[in-house]
Amino acid sequence: MAETTVKEQEVQEKEPLFGPKERKLLTDPLNDNNPITVQVLGICSALAVTSLVYPSIVISVAVVFVTGFSALFTSLLRNYIPKQVRLIVQLVIIATLVTVVELTLKYLNYPVYKQLSVYIGLIITNCIVMGRLEAFSMANKPWRSFLDGVGNGVGYGVILIGVAIIREIFGKGTLFAGSPIELSIIGPSADYLINTATNSWFGWYSNNNLMVLPAAAMFIIGIMIWVQRSYNTKLVDVS
Amino acid sequence: MNNNGYVLTFILIMTATVAVLLTGLREATKEGAARNEDIFNKRAILTAIEDKLDGSVKDMSDEDVIQVFESDMQQIVLNMEGNVVEGKKAEDINMAVERKKPEPNRMLPLYIYEGDGNKTYILSVRGSGLWDEIWGTIALENDLNTIAGAAFDHAGETPGLGAEIKDNPKFSTQFKGKKIYDDSEFVSVDVVKGGAPTGAEHAVDGISGATVTADGVEEMLYRGIQYYEPYLSQLKQSSMVMEPAQ
Repeated sequence: MAETTVKEQEVQEKEPLFGPKERKLLTDPLNDNNPITVQVLGICSALAVTSLVYPSIVISVAVVFVTGFSALFTSLLRNYIPKQVRLIVQLVIIATLVTVVELTLKYLNYPVYKQLSVYIGLIITNCIVMGRLEAFSMANKPWRSFLDGVGNGVGYGVILIGVAIIREIFGKGTLFAGSPIELSIIGPSADYLINTATNSWFGWYSNNNLMVLPAAAMFIIGIMIWVQRSYNTKLVDVS
Repeated sequence: MNNNGYVLTFILIMTATVAVLLTGLREATKEGAARNEDIFNKRAILTAIEDKLDGSVKDMSDEDVIQVFESDMQQIVLNMEGNVVEGKKAEDINMAVERKKPEPNRMLPLYIYEGDGNKTYILSVRGSGLWDEIWGTIALENDLNTIAGAAFDHAGETPGLGAEIKDNPKFSTQFKGKKIYDDSEFVSVDVVKGGAPTGAEHAVDGISGATVTADGVEEMLYRGIQYYEPYLSQLKQSSMVMEPAQ
């Protein structure tokens, strides 16, 4: 009797590290299930941080780290977290990781820390992080959850950096301002690549002050959503 | 799972673990972070006298910054009457904290740079911008009238608008050569919306779209430099007395 049961028992397939399903977890949030343009989460920081590219890159890296590892830890603990305090426990995990990021940044790169101090704390309130923990990590295995977290963080980062590039170039005329690789692109002096004071084609150009305000990010994201939906047939019926 | 005892135990263990982890990390990074903060503040002060240094502040290493302060920088703390407060170093004064005290109780940091043979007096001022606080470092030449340099920073002004007081070097370089006294009357430096008249000794151009922040800078300079007046007048009088008859 026992032998038959053993033979009939299905052998549990060992899940590959980067099989097709795993890769899908990393690539879906880039386009089909992008946290900002499709899930519409994490908009707040996308508006606030994106006036410059360099801080946006730093925040994106921080979000990838926080989302990935909080997803990992939540998933590891998912069978032990009492249902009554589920959200509180998730919040503690996120807050702890964000504090780790803050302390590390303060120690390694103080000027960047000063520039971003408010925004880093706001990662705790970023809906994407909590959203993925609730929607995925609480019901999935650790490695998968980690990939999902990283994928969503990267999807968020891609949009953030895209918006920031547009806002910085048209709002300030520079790229990567505040970093060691600052580029001055268009502006009214000889420091810029395109000197509007002397250029015959672009003499009329001056920085677009709307780009400096958060409202511009809203317009840009709206246009991104529109463009994405026009080209991505899978998103036609998604509300 | 729904057992209250289990929930309590879980929460207690989690809280304890997180507390130990974060406290440990903070302790490990505390010294490094404090040193970083100190150097960051010192760099801000050196930015006001960048012209007098060899090279730009950005290119200076952390050790260079500390070296300048140790060998070429005298640090004094003043009270509102213009007297020196003994036993305190200017770098320990936190302007944000001082600003919360009632005016008569505040202390003022004063740095005197002597690295190029002359005395350059570096004052710290703090005020209100549009959204949050703004602060600045003003360096005076040894005539205690001409501005040698200025550097500004802010807590939360709008990038591209109010934040230009820090991000745009053109704003702060305007202050070089301006004078804060008209004969013997203290007039500070005005920040003029629409642009200061050419050659004005006591005015600089404002920033388009950042009127409130620019007004904040003007007010901050007027009040902040005035706090140092008692001490500066003392210095002027004593230097006049000590000038050798030639």
